[in-house]
Amino acid sequence: MEKIEARDVNFYYGDFHALKGISMDIPQNKVVAFIGPSGCGKSTFLRLFNRMNDLVSGSRLKGSIKIDGQDIYAPEVEVDELRKNIGMVFQRPNPFPKSIFDNIAYGLRVNGIKDKDFIRQRVEESLRGAALWDEVKDKLNASAYALSGGQQQRLCIARAMAVSPSVLLMDEPASALDPISTAKVEELICELRNEVTIVIVTHNMQQAARVSDRTAFFYMGEMVEYDDTKTIFTNPHKEATQNYITGRFG
Amino acid sequence: MKKFFEKAVRWLLTGSGFITSIVILLIIGFLFTEGAGLFREHVIEEGYVLALNKGNPVKVMTAEEIKAVFDEDMTDWSQLGGPDLPIEIFRLEDADKYFTEQQLGKHYEFADSLISGLVASRPGMIAFIPESMADADAGLSFIEDKTISPREVFAGAEWFPTATPAPLFGMWPLLAGTLWVSLFAILFALPFGISIAVYMAEVAPPKMRGFLKPLIELLNGIPSVVYGFFGLIVIVPILQQVFGLPVGESGLAGSIVLAIMALPTIVTVAEDAMRNCPRSLREASLALGATHWQTIYRVVIPSSMSGIASGVVLGIGRAVGETMAVLMVTGNAAVVPTSILEPLRTIPATIAAELGEAPAGGAHYQSLFLLGVILFFITFMINLCVEFISARNKAKNS
Amino acid sequence: MDSLPIYPSGYDNRKRRTQAVAFGVFRIFSLFIVIVLFAILGFIIYKGAGVISWDFLTKAPSDGMTSGGIFPAIVGTLLLMLGSAIVAFPIGIMSGIYMNEYASKTGWAVKFIRLMTNNLSGVPSIVFGLFGMALFVKYLGFGDSILAGSLTLGLLSLPLVIRTTEEALKDIPDGMREGSLALGATKLQTIWKVVLPMGMPRIITGLILSLGRVSGETAPILFTCAAYFFPQLPASVFDQCMALPYHLYVISTSGTDIEAQQPIAYGTALVLIVIVLVINLLAGRFRKYFENKLKMK
Repeated sequence: MEKIEARDVNFYYGDFHALKGISMDIPQNKVVAFIGPSGCGKSTFLRLFNRMNDLVSGSRLKGSIKIDGQDIYAPEVEVDELRKNIGMVFQRPNPFPKSIFDNIAYGLRVNGIKDKDFIRQRVEESLRGAALWDEVKDKLNASAYALSGGQQQRLCIARAMAVSPSVLLMDEPASALDPISTAKVEELICELRNEVTIVIVTHNMQQAARVSDRTAFFYMGEMVEYDDTKTIFTNPHKEATQNYITGRFG
Repeated sequence: MKKFFEKAVRWLLTGSGFITSIVILLIIGFLFTEGAGLFREHVIEEGYVLALNKGNPVKVMTAEEIKAVFDEDMTDWSQLGGPDLPIEIFRLEDADKYFTEQQLGKHYEFADSLISGLVASRPGMIAFIPESMADADAGLSFIEDKTISPREVFAGAEWFPTATPAPLFGMWPLLAGTLWVSLFAILFALPFGISIAVYMAEVAPPKMRGFLKPLIELLNGIPSVVYGFFGLIVIVPILQQVFGLPVGESGLAGSIVLAIMALPTIVTVAEDAMRNCPRSLREASLALGATHWQTIYRVVIPSSMSGIASGVVLGIGRAVGETMAVLMVTGNAAVVPTSILEPLRTIPATIAAELGEAPAGGAHYQSLFLLGVILFFITFMINLCVEFISARNKAKNS
Repeated sequence: MDSLPIYPSGYDNRKRRTQAVAFGVFRIFSLFIVIVLFAILGFIIYKGAGVISWDFLTKAPSDGMTSGGIFPAIVGTLLLMLGSAIVAFPIGIMSGIYMNEYASKTGWAVKFIRLMTNNLSGVPSIVFGLFGMALFVKYLGFGDSILAGSLTLGLLSLPLVIRTTEEALKDIPDGMREGSLALGATKLQTIWKVVLPMGMPRIITGLILSLGRVSGETAPILFTCAAYFFPQLPASVFDQCMALPYHLYVISTSGTDIEAQQPIAYGTALVLIVIVLVINLLAGRFRKYFENKLKMK
């Protein structure tokens, strides 16, 4: 079953044609990786799924993106409701300057949940889900800034998961982390794949190969190739993909 | 040669680097020397004495008591712990009520002994006369002439620097007036300032912001006399009508004008702080399904709180120190205000209004410098607050 | 794409409504301030425009200041602006250069100077007036004079000049300096040939704005320079002079003939506002012009 269907997506920043006619289906509860050199449009494409690009003035979209069969750019769609269902983890850990607890509870609170017991329970579940609970259970009221970079990023993943999204978008989630923290995050992605559909942008090809079921290769605003990860890395059909994967450019 | 030149320039630049510190030291030095002189001045006007009948046991009077007596608010010695006698006041200009011109002599050459004799013969009389006229042998006693005490000045409730024989320098009404006007000004300015800052930083489309920003700068650039003039011509009559006041010049008029004047400071600093809130935090909040407004009040405002606080404190500083506009619209009554609708008077307005008339070096002149010292320290404290807030903020962010 | 049952129904609508209300309030408040500003400007322009004439701008007051023009006040204000510029600009710019180019960025000197500069900028203008009177008028014996007034106003505008200089220089990338030093230029040559020219647009913008502030200040010149009535033009820096803001204050508060003097007050207020407007526009233009020029390079 297809979770996300993108059809002939063209995206412009002012005059700049950033995405050129991309169509793609993303299946439910799979991990899909976007790879490609910087500036190829992979992050831009990712940010269309939760309409984060709405914030960029002068941007324009043609084509359609459907999630669960609903066109998310249809006029009746409220963007905050959409984002509640589509979680996002960013390139750099970006916890709020609040306590660890309040960081996780934030998404619940802004969506109207006031039940304290429920929030507490959900915070614990999310932190356990992100394999962070044992490290922070004694200091939930400490500032999130007191955590290490890797812990902060897992906190951000827990924060996104606390809202129970059905899709999790990850924009180079490990690029600012050391190798050990990166490994932990990758492990986490593998565990979360049962609960949510994950789309991950990465410039690290090994990472894509390790965590994803399917991989898309982007180049100059176009999607060059999209296939099972195994196929992309062992037997790509396009020469550009081959060149990129073997490190001839990028 | 070249090296020497480089060195000379370096020293010159270093010297000018410390210019502001030197100016501050000079300000403190000059204001202090003049202001502290007030406490060396005597309660009773210099060169004069307050002479009593020898039989009168009263020896000490405060400045306020002296004023009450000479304003005839106090009429009996028993009120001052003396005998049950009505108080009779004698000033030099009263001399012709008691004596003919001939008796006094052409050049007042006989006045000394006549007046001394008069006081000696009237048990309830108090005479305010030049020291030279008081004949100690004639059976007079004198009110002890002490120096002005800090308590009278800082806790005194009456500001009457031109009263004779004993001027009153109670600064409390002025301090209270300053605080009242500033407090109300900030209460008015705060909701507007924060709203506009949020609107400009977050809500307004870029074009709208491009229109508002220079406008706010312009508001900041308009001279304070123009605000005062506008307040006097427009706001004061409106307030008089609306509240049915006997005079429209009031604390409220001052607060409104000050609120408009403090607004640009608050808006500029607060807006800056909000715009500096990292984009990543906004995105994190929005990505969790928060609305723009939820993001603003749960993330943007808390994380830029110290900047907003700095703006507000700076606005207070501006209000406290503002002179001309306040001088023009508050009515300048030096009484402890009981309502914001009454005329009142602030410290800066007092200095501006009275310094021109105060004889240089006199107690009045010095008291105005003391007010300057107080004002300087209030604003100094306010600035230190701002520094403290932003230093803490920097420490938090790093 | 139904949201999960854990969320209270209808909350999404509610939070959007809260947002609409909050933003509405902000819009109204902002609009209100725009209206207030235009009311102030409009009122003074409307009432003052009829008063402005060639005679008003070029004649001295006459008939006990109930008729005539404001020429001496305009000249006085311009002289004070010039005088304060002569005092504040060189020292202020040098101070800014010291802070950014010579003093150690983390040392105590910069922190201390910045603290003092910020404090000085917070000192109320009336305190500058007191200080100027005590130091320049009395202690140094300049008397009520343009010299004393210019010095007082110059000290008042120092913090602004220092801060803009410092900020302008701070934004110049270190690479520029290193490039020059690597070619064998001395530190001073680097500052003179590379750093200052690059910082100039912003420095000059700051200088123009400081002139604007000086033009409107009244409290500092009350006791150091301003004359109630001084119809002839000052002959030397030891003369008193009239000044626009003080003239407006005098005319509107202690006038002898309100009917005749109010138009003069409106006219004076308008001239003051025009000066401020022109200065703000000039500063804005200047900044844009130089920014474009730098971009072209």
